Amino acid sequence: MRLKTLLLAGVLSVAMALPGQAKTLKFAFQGTVNSMDPYNLNETFTLGFLGNIYEGLIRRGPGLEIQPALAERWEVMEPTRWRFYLRKGVKFHDGRPFTADDVLFSADRVRADGSDLKTRIAQDTKVIKIDDHTVDFVTSAPNPIIHFEWASWYIMSKSWAEENNAVKPQQATGTEENFATRHANGTGPFMLVSRETGVKTTAKVNPDWWNNAAKEHNLTEVVFTPIPSDATRVAALLSGQVDMAYPIPVQDMKRIDGNGTTRMLVGPELRTIFLGMDQSRDELLYSNVKGKNPFKDKRVREAVYRAVDVDAIKKKVMRGLSTPSAMMIAPGINGSSPDFSRLEYDPQKAKALLAEAGYADGFEVSMDCPNDRYVNDEAICIAVVGMLAKVGIKVSLNAQPKAKYFQKILAPKLDTSFYLLGWTPGSFDSWNPLYNLHACYREDEGQGKFNLGGYCNPDVDALTAEILSETDAKKRGALMREVWGKTIEDIAYVPLHQQAVAWGVGSKVELKQRADNVFRWRHVKVQ
Amino acid sequence: MIAFLIRRLLQSLLVMLVVALLGFTMFRYVGDPVAQMVGQDTPLEERDKLREELGLNDPVYLQFGRFIAATLRGEFGLSYSIGRPVNELLVERLPATLELSLIAALFSLVVGIPMGVYTGLYPQRWLSKVFLTVSLVGISLPTFFIGILLILLFGVTLGWLPTFGRGETVAIGGWTTGLLTASGLQSILMPAFTLGMFQLTFIMRLVRSEMLEVLRTDFIKFARARGLANRAVHFGHALKNTLVPVITITGLQVGSIVAFAIITETVFQWPGLGLLFLQAIQNVDIPIMSTYLIVVAFFFVMINLTVDLLYYVVDPRLRIHREVAGGH
Repeated sequence: MRLKTLLLAGVLSVAMALPGQAKTLKFAFQGTVNSMDPYNLNETFTLGFLGNIYEGLIRRGPGLEIQPALAERWEVMEPTRWRFYLRKGVKFHDGRPFTADDVLFSADRVRADGSDLKTRIAQDTKVIKIDDHTVDFVTSAPNPIIHFEWASWYIMSKSWAEENNAVKPQQATGTEENFATRHANGTGPFMLVSRETGVKTTAKVNPDWWNNAAKEHNLTEVVFTPIPSDATRVAALLSGQVDMAYPIPVQDMKRIDGNGTTRMLVGPELRTIFLGMDQSRDELLYSNVKGKNPFKDKRVREAVYRAVDVDAIKKKVMRGLSTPSAMMIAPGINGSSPDFSRLEYDPQKAKALLAEAGYADGFEVSMDCPNDRYVNDEAICIAVVGMLAKVGIKVSLNAQPKAKYFQKILAPKLDTSFYLLGWTPGSFDSWNPLYNLHACYREDEGQGKFNLGGYCNPDVDALTAEILSETDAKKRGALMREVWGKTIEDIAYVPLHQQAVAWGVGSKVELKQRADNVFRWRHVKVQ
Repeated sequence: MIAFLIRRLLQSLLVMLVVALLGFTMFRYVGDPVAQMVGQDTPLEERDKLREELGLNDPVYLQFGRFIAATLRGEFGLSYSIGRPVNELLVERLPATLELSLIAALFSLVVGIPMGVYTGLYPQRWLSKVFLTVSLVGISLPTFFIGILLILLFGVTLGWLPTFGRGETVAIGGWTTGLLTASGLQSILMPAFTLGMFQLTFIMRLVRSEMLEVLRTDFIKFARARGLANRAVHFGHALKNTLVPVITITGLQVGSIVAFAIITETVFQWPGLGLLFLQAIQNVDIPIMSTYLIVVAFFFVMINLTVDLLYYVVDPRLRIHREVAGGH
């Protein structure tokens, strides 16, 4: 009898302990978060990671839709004045209340020296406190997408930063470590517990999160380990030592999917991979054609376009995990349209076009390519080299690690004739790739800073400027359509494809994958 | 003796300086640190400003001078990418690397010497042939490959050992150790084996050939004629006489164990200096790279110095020889 009672009591206590059990999510990524300071580096993984601890005025949902976060709602008072109503009763992790002062402070800090996120708010935008929970943003010109990038502009506590001497972001030349480099005080669903740079970062759940009533996750703790080596990362997932790992190399996907205890989660990413050509110099830097620039001739650009077989690249190089693209933006980016289609693969026509342009015997050019930046980047370039050889364009490939590659091709050097690059618009809107990749290169203004080939069409510039300030969504859509039509007609670039987001997930874990490759722990359930 | 020591120290200093110069100039051409420090949207003038502030536009000799001056003051600066003092980062990572190297070196000695003695004494036995064949595999397979095979077998298929990391660590003062926890001990097995494997085969083959040679010499024959026990002949006389080259090689190998731990640390995600260095290369983090190089060069120099001194202890002949040489 006594034994029975004891047993029963034991069973009951176990059963009661279950709901409150610790649920730990362990995950691995190829890179690391170098700093906990949310203004230190404008990079997808860093900001994505910190977005679990810090929050912005808005946030993006699983489908990248804009949702209210620290701002409950907002309205456009007049085209240049936006009013944001802040959520009341929100507390930072150390218990300080969240108010308009923190928003004003964060707006200053994000634009201060040392910040890498200065483009989040224009320098001439005024941030005005109306009351403790209302803030106005006054811009010098109308900006319909002012808040599009604010999902990764995180709000920091003014008094916390002041007390800990972290009012400004880490200075590059500083000799002292900034307090915010290793400490975090956000309002988000998770709080930083411990941090060993490059080794392990641990976070626990925030019991006082404003949205806990509607929370989806059941986690109590999250442990992040950076594992740069692909084989080690895959092994860690297969052996069950981590519950989730990304990115997974294409050749390992089958092993993870066929395993029974792990599965692959694959979706198209927002990044578009494309080929660019130097169209501005009068003579190419790396070519046997002297005295003229073949890429200035649209027929040559079309020949390159038609000579590249994206379906073969998809099948052979990407193992089916890419989406060939006709546009320089992915579906899901504001302004994308299914109406555009790729020029057909047609090596015969490519040859004819080259002959028509005066290059019947083809020409030689060298191509720059990264080998550690995008999925199978070097393999794509090798495939392109082979395809172009078939129509007579002899390409010598110069594939390098990204540290060398970017130094060579990016402004101000622009030391390239032909290159492969990828682009994700941080705002998920067309204006960003239009301004950065398609507008005429103007070094002083920062316009066309990544227009490495120097494509230049004044009509495109004018339309891009209009898109920036047009507040009527319908008119804006029509403008975007028009300008994309023009650039595609000009063959400003040769778009290739969107690569896939490839996450390996343990069978005990449920989560939501976002097309921008950001991992939000608040959507995770662990069994 | 003292003259010899001073000379060696001066030599070491020169070596350090040359290494620092080489490393520093080489790293200037790894890539653009600024491109790694900022995001894609950062305007050009911001980048230029940063480059100017970091002194990257100055001539190389000026930058090197600054670097040496700071090094002498013990300031290694802030990491470009991590934003923390490099000293602190290195000190954090040092225990992991030293522990791994030490265990790997111990493993290679404790297993390698007996195996070498055995194969030297009984070259015809089948076990000797097994040892030699296995050691050939150990020498010819690249380290990372052995590591990945081990991970696949013991980590993924059998699930006995953790596939990455250091397990739980205990902090004793400023030193973190994984040798006091069960998970820490489990974690060190595969990396230490991988790292020590090459040294093991190396030491085994060295001891074997030395043993074979010594056993043929006259004094061993006389020892046997005196009727000494096999044990005394083998270990008291033969093995002792093989030790001078073994100490030299082992000493140098300990240095390379620390240096080559980079590969093992990467494969097993072992949070040591090598991993930090590799991440620094990817980020073009010059302060970490140059400091790492100096630290490793320092290790090598110190180990060589110790090895030289150890000779005196082991081989009395050298003592006389050196003293004569020093008297010239």
